Amino acid sequence: MATIEAHVPSVPGAKKRSLVWDLMTTVDHKKIGLLYAVTALLWFVVGGIEALLLRIQLARPANTFLSADMYNQLFTMHGTTMVFLVGMPIAVALFNIVMPLQIGARDVAFPRLNALSYWIFLFGSLFMNFSFLLGQAPNAGWFGYANLTSAQYSPGLNIDFWILGLQALGVASIMGGVNFVTTIINLRAPGMRMMRMPLFTWMSFIQSILVITALPVFAVALFLVTFDRFWGTNFFQIAAGGDPMLWQHLFWLFGHPEVYILILPAFGILSEVIPTFSRKPLFGYSVMVFSAALIGLIGWGVWAHHMYATGMGPVADAYFTIATLVIAIPTGVKIFNWIATMWGGKIRFNVSMAYATAAIVTFTMGGVSGVMHSTTPHNLQQTDTYFVVAHFHYVLLGGLIMGLFAGFYYWYPKVTGKLMSEKLGWWSFWTYIAGMHMTFFPMHWTGLLGMPRRVFTYSAELGVGTLNMVSTVGGFLSGLGVLFIVFNMIRSLKRGAPAGRNPWNAATLEWATESPPVAHNFNRIPTVHSREPLWVEREPIEATVFAEPEPLHMPPPSYWPILMAAGIVGTLALFFAPVWWAPLIGLAWTAVCIINWAYEPIH
Amino acid sequence: MAAATATHGHGPAHATATGLDTLKLGFWIFLGSETLFFGSLISTYMVYKGESVVGPHPTEILNIPLTSISTFVLLMSSLAVVIALDALQRGLRQRALFWIMAVVLLGSGFLGFQAYEFTHFYHEGLTLTTNLFGSSFFILTGFHGAHVTVGVLWILMLWMDAFRGRLGPHNALKFEIAGLYWHFVDIVWIAIFTLIYLIN
Repeated sequence: MATIEAHVPSVPGAKKRSLVWDLMTTVDHKKIGLLYAVTALLWFVVGGIEALLLRIQLARPANTFLSADMYNQLFTMHGTTMVFLVGMPIAVALFNIVMPLQIGARDVAFPRLNALSYWIFLFGSLFMNFSFLLGQAPNAGWFGYANLTSAQYSPGLNIDFWILGLQALGVASIMGGVNFVTTIINLRAPGMRMMRMPLFTWMSFIQSILVITALPVFAVALFLVTFDRFWGTNFFQIAAGGDPMLWQHLFWLFGHPEVYILILPAFGILSEVIPTFSRKPLFGYSVMVFSAALIGLIGWGVWAHHMYATGMGPVADAYFTIATLVIAIPTGVKIFNWIATMWGGKIRFNVSMAYATAAIVTFTMGGVSGVMHSTTPHNLQQTDTYFVVAHFHYVLLGGLIMGLFAGFYYWYPKVTGKLMSEKLGWWSFWTYIAGMHMTFFPMHWTGLLGMPRRVFTYSAELGVGTLNMVSTVGGFLSGLGVLFIVFNMIRSLKRGAPAGRNPWNAATLEWATESPPVAHNFNRIPTVHSREPLWVEREPIEATVFAEPEPLHMPPPSYWPILMAAGIVGTLALFFAPVWWAPLIGLAWTAVCIINWAYEPIH
Repeated sequence: MAAATATHGHGPAHATATGLDTLKLGFWIFLGSETLFFGSLISTYMVYKGESVVGPHPTEILNIPLTSISTFVLLMSSLAVVIALDALQRGLRQRALFWIMAVVLLGSGFLGFQAYEFTHFYHEGLTLTTNLFGSSFFILTGFHGAHVTVGVLWILMLWMDAFRGRLGPHNALKFEIAGLYWHFVDIVWIAIFTLIYLIN
């Protein structure tokens, strides 16, 4: 490996830099992906602690562990954290680490933009959580319904932190989305036609398109609230004719595609893990691609199924019911294709594969309850109850998080060169899966018995005390499962068995290169002739990947991304300053960064 | 083209999968995102059209003849972009400098009209806070104006590059991409002008 490195022209002085400086200025997709992963995992722990605090409060009727206001802050930040600081960035982490390798690229299309996305995400997430130190964390729910968020009803800084922080995170996500779509369209290896791309790359492509299209709608919705709160506009002022329904429509126009933004990466992971450990190509490759595209498309036409209770009328209700039922079809197709992939395969049940199969089962359970409340009459009984909480935790904790865990076990060896411990893995698998079902299965009953969401306590007469206690115990059990995984990841860094290039004998290009991959990924970019290059044409591919390196140029590190991210998030934070022109300082800082960025020599 | 590709982590010899320049492709995708951004702002305006409980109302205050002139100015700036790009690609330095500056001036002219319009409305008693029309009008045209401002500054910087001889046929793509942005902002204005001024 050292001999390969020697052929790559290194940046003058790069060797002398410390690790911290290296990470602050890196534009390498693998390092940025790792930064994303570590940051998102930390927020996962924070969001998990928030959830457990909520569960302690709900363990007994009429509990006084949390005040109503603290409960509001915690459930709002739990939802916001898990969606924007965990679900989306962990997917971005895996896209960053895996996708360029899968398509045979040396990096993403815009390496500095990639770093900028990460730093905006980091600073934005810290900014939003800083509100806890002031005791004024966002408290209007992750959906932030107008006009609860108006200055009249939420006079504190809580909502300001929420709208400004999310604006920053949205910018970071859109930049990431543009970067990934461009990368996938333009930087594929020779022969890697679109219909030869690994399914994980396909899912990152479709997910990124959803990010690019859905997040700007949310940005506008946030701007409307921002202008209402800071400059007295009338968008959600009832007296001036403002309509809170506009917020709901804009929010869910973003919010429903967001659901698929969260779940499609997990679909991609399952579509890599299951064929690998079944020793069979994915069943129905093109159907899998088109069903995901269809999910992305129909995902734009179902948003108002979150709004039946607002009384939209029978025509709208009927349309959104039908559209929502229809979207279950391509999703069901995927489930059957995964099962058909396993059918007759030589299945190897390790922890990764166990999580993948468990994800299919649990996600399907969440899907079934989803189909139940897509129907308006059902929905009116279930909306705003714990039944809905059970539903979306089944699809997100069951589908997304278990899918991600499968992906962690699967790609950890590629990133670190070490295998994760299977023994600890099984401990985490059984504690997590038992805890998860124990937490959320009883919520179907508590919900149908009438326990409302987002209320900090309940009376003993409702008769759901025991079920809630079961949920709370289950919550701690699944928390233990997560700790096992985190511990396993840290421990395996040192103690894990060496993984080698391709420990799973997988088919896709990321397994052709070293573990961890060298900075330039491949000495020479291989030419691909099939969907399973390492199963079909392993020898020529490896010969190319490890040939004498062609003269190549990797983009040098840059400190402008981190400085510009400080400028962008700083501009938003300076809205809290007592003088109106304070944000202009941040804007000027950002402008200086943009100019230096534009003229920075990068080749 | 080869130079532009090399900056994105690929060896000069490695062409892109589609043959398109990566930066240009990325910018097109970004404009797709911008479409949804302005689409949402325009929708907000349309949803609140006629919902204001107090005046001034659009018909009382919008000046179609004046805005037609400013629209013409903005559309001509797009023509100037086309001529300037052609001159840049053919290496006609003086002509390129002239037409790039024309874009800057026409764009600034449009912003001048907008500044005049905004102050006029202010004196007529229409502000961000007056009614729903004021809120949705100013936020939509304001975000559009901010985009034009960014475009003017961007193209002004490219003019300075061209003036110093750092922009020519070899990297005319830089101007082409700024031009894409400029045309996009222009098209958004056509939608705004039609939906907000003309259809009443």
